Amino acid sequence: MALTGIQIFKLLPKTNCGKCGVPTCLAFAMNLAAGKAELSACPFITEEAKAQLAEASAPPIRPVVIGTGTATFKVGGETVLFRHEKKFENPTGIAVLVTDAMSDDEVMNRIDKFNKYTYERVGLKLRANAIAVKSISDDPSKFGALVEKIFKATDGALILVSERPEILAAGLKVCANRKPLIYAATKVNVEAVTRLAKENSCPVAVKGSNFDEVAELTGILNKAGINDIVIDSGSRTVKQAFQDQIIIRGLALQKKFKPLGYPTIAFPCEMTDNPMKEGLIASMFIAKYAGIIVLSDLKGEVLFPLAVERLNIFTDPQRPLATTPGIYEIGNPDGNSPVLITTNFSLTYFIVSGEIESSKVPSYLLIMDTEGLSVLTAWAAGKFVADLMATFVKKSGIEDKIKHRKLIIPGYSASESGGLEEELKGWEIMVGPREGSHIPAYLRNLK
Amino acid sequence: MAIEIPRTSYSGKIREIKLGKGDKAITVGGEDSYPFYLFEGTMPHKPRIAMEVCDSPPQEWPEAAIEPFADVVNDPVAWAKKCVQTYGAEMIALQLVGTDPNGMDRGPDETADIVKKVADAIDVPLIVWGTANHEKDSQVLTKVCEVCQDKRLIIGPLEEKDYKKIAAAAIAYKHTVVASSPIDINLAKQLNILLGNLGVADDMLLVDPTVSGIGYGMEYCYSVMERMRMAGLTQQDEKLQVPIICNLGKEVWKSKEVHLPDNENNMGNARNRGILLEAMSAMAMLLAGGDIIIMRHPEAIKLIKEMITDLTAK
Repeated sequence: MALTGIQIFKLLPKTNCGKCGVPTCLAFAMNLAAGKAELSACPFITEEAKAQLAEASAPPIRPVVIGTGTATFKVGGETVLFRHEKKFENPTGIAVLVTDAMSDDEVMNRIDKFNKYTYERVGLKLRANAIAVKSISDDPSKFGALVEKIFKATDGALILVSERPEILAAGLKVCANRKPLIYAATKVNVEAVTRLAKENSCPVAVKGSNFDEVAELTGILNKAGINDIVIDSGSRTVKQAFQDQIIIRGLALQKKFKPLGYPTIAFPCEMTDNPMKEGLIASMFIAKYAGIIVLSDLKGEVLFPLAVERLNIFTDPQRPLATTPGIYEIGNPDGNSPVLITTNFSLTYFIVSGEIESSKVPSYLLIMDTEGLSVLTAWAAGKFVADLMATFVKKSGIEDKIKHRKLIIPGYSASESGGLEEELKGWEIMVGPREGSHIPAYLRNLK
Repeated sequence: MAIEIPRTSYSGKIREIKLGKGDKAITVGGEDSYPFYLFEGTMPHKPRIAMEVCDSPPQEWPEAAIEPFADVVNDPVAWAKKCVQTYGAEMIALQLVGTDPNGMDRGPDETADIVKKVADAIDVPLIVWGTANHEKDSQVLTKVCEVCQDKRLIIGPLEEKDYKKIAAAAIAYKHTVVASSPIDINLAKQLNILLGNLGVADDMLLVDPTVSGIGYGMEYCYSVMERMRMAGLTQQDEKLQVPIICNLGKEVWKSKEVHLPDNENNMGNARNRGILLEAMSAMAMLLAGGDIIIMRHPEAIKLIKEMITDLTAK
């Protein structure tokens, strides 16, 4: 964990030479502690102090990058146990399993779904991140051929799964330049796999049967100069795998235990034969600390809820999610359909649009940019008030789409209705319900 | 190398609350660590799932949610019995949707009569949940308390604006109450204190932090629940050592995504999508500290019960 300014100060030359840009070593130390300065700005720092400071300032859970280009994803880098303390940094990577025991059709079907299954939400594109290619046949050439096929069919990130170095080497020969995750180094193969990871500069996963074994393996990799590590504690029962995640996160953050200070990989696909339950186990690992989860297949009904849950859990608790402002057409509205307006807090949008949808009354929903604030908060902040609303309505282009001039505003904005009638000449302002759940009844009774 | 496993230092424990009566009475709470952190503490009573029943035929439920109850949706008594007998429900949550002034607007007497019939027909604990309209809930729930005296119901939601009358009736007729506040740990605590001041005994109180499903603000209640547990277990905040109840099923099954047809927007099978949205939302609530989750679909309930069993396995 980060040192305080005073702790850092003790390691500095204390000459107050000013070469770092601030007049005193203490001021420099304070800036370092606040992350506002780089240690390299001090020309007189000793190697020993440098090493100590680097050690202390390294993140307790190392961030690891897997893949290249647009399909890159980062795991680890977490600094807290609970999301209300600080944002969870890097969303759990979702991987799908493909093996060399599957038929060509089955393989291509998975790749096709991997490429195709994306979900738009609050302007973000949610999707699976990686393909875990596993050798079952134990045949390096067969594995290499499969990796090649997948490599050509998608630019997604890859995880190469085998405990035999020859097999991993065959896969790496094809795809090393895409920085796949090598899974896994074990007690048996660690030397050979270390060499592979080093030669190809790829991240590598270690698999142990308990924490001690995992710590030993990460230690061996560290010594060889490999730091991009992902860990698998080996547990495959729901209870033990869950507790392992908690303990590993706790060891890394609370005990600063470096040998386990890495993101984890979990295998819901090896914990049940029921695809529905597998999804549920995966959802548990998203909330509780897995860096990567491997699923046996991609099914829309599993991937969609998982991807949205992940978005929820990894949302910054200090910053509300906002949706894109504009005109949303719900249920094919026409020139006579009602027009409603609300704010662009994503939750407000989801609830209001969902209720309009369930009313089955085709409508236009105007989403105004309130910097992600809800109706009441935006009103209190002066961002959802008559003059701004009027300007937005006029510029939105809604007047070209409708024959009437009636605007429904949220019940909580009732106090703005008078001002709006003045600002929006020729419009009739109608005050809608306060609660989203009353929208369907309100819309149906409009006639 | 011996690795020393980090342990949270807990100083408190969630209160044990007995619900219902007779052989099928159940106890919730009692945990002295974060949910399922069984390497650190104990969970003497597993979290429970209450099955949802409505007092009137459901409106706008998707096919997948109606299908298991298609033969009983017009009869809350038969519906509740089916939940217990066919699906093994350990608790029933009767949602008084028919009392909504914006809907059927059914009155207190008629409603209390329905509640009584359901309570008489089952032996598992019965949760009775109003429509969250303060005026109407005050009328209906007080009547329910009176008519169902000695039934040991769980009555909710009691909110800041209507808790007095309902709590007074619940105290008089010995029912447990659910303190409900809008996703805010301070408001939750305050209402617990107010109810205590009014005379609600500590062992007659559950707390509802107001929950929502995946995609609809789940992260807000998730974090409020985690903070409540943190306060209760590690900061000796007695007013937050209260078992948490989550009225989740109705939130999940009204979302847009459970109503989309098969394969719409690559979202796969509609039935399974609804079940998983409900089960995964419930999983998150359990991990955040839920002691009772009110759920709708029998298959989602079966899945989540399996997870509870797995996570608490010996």
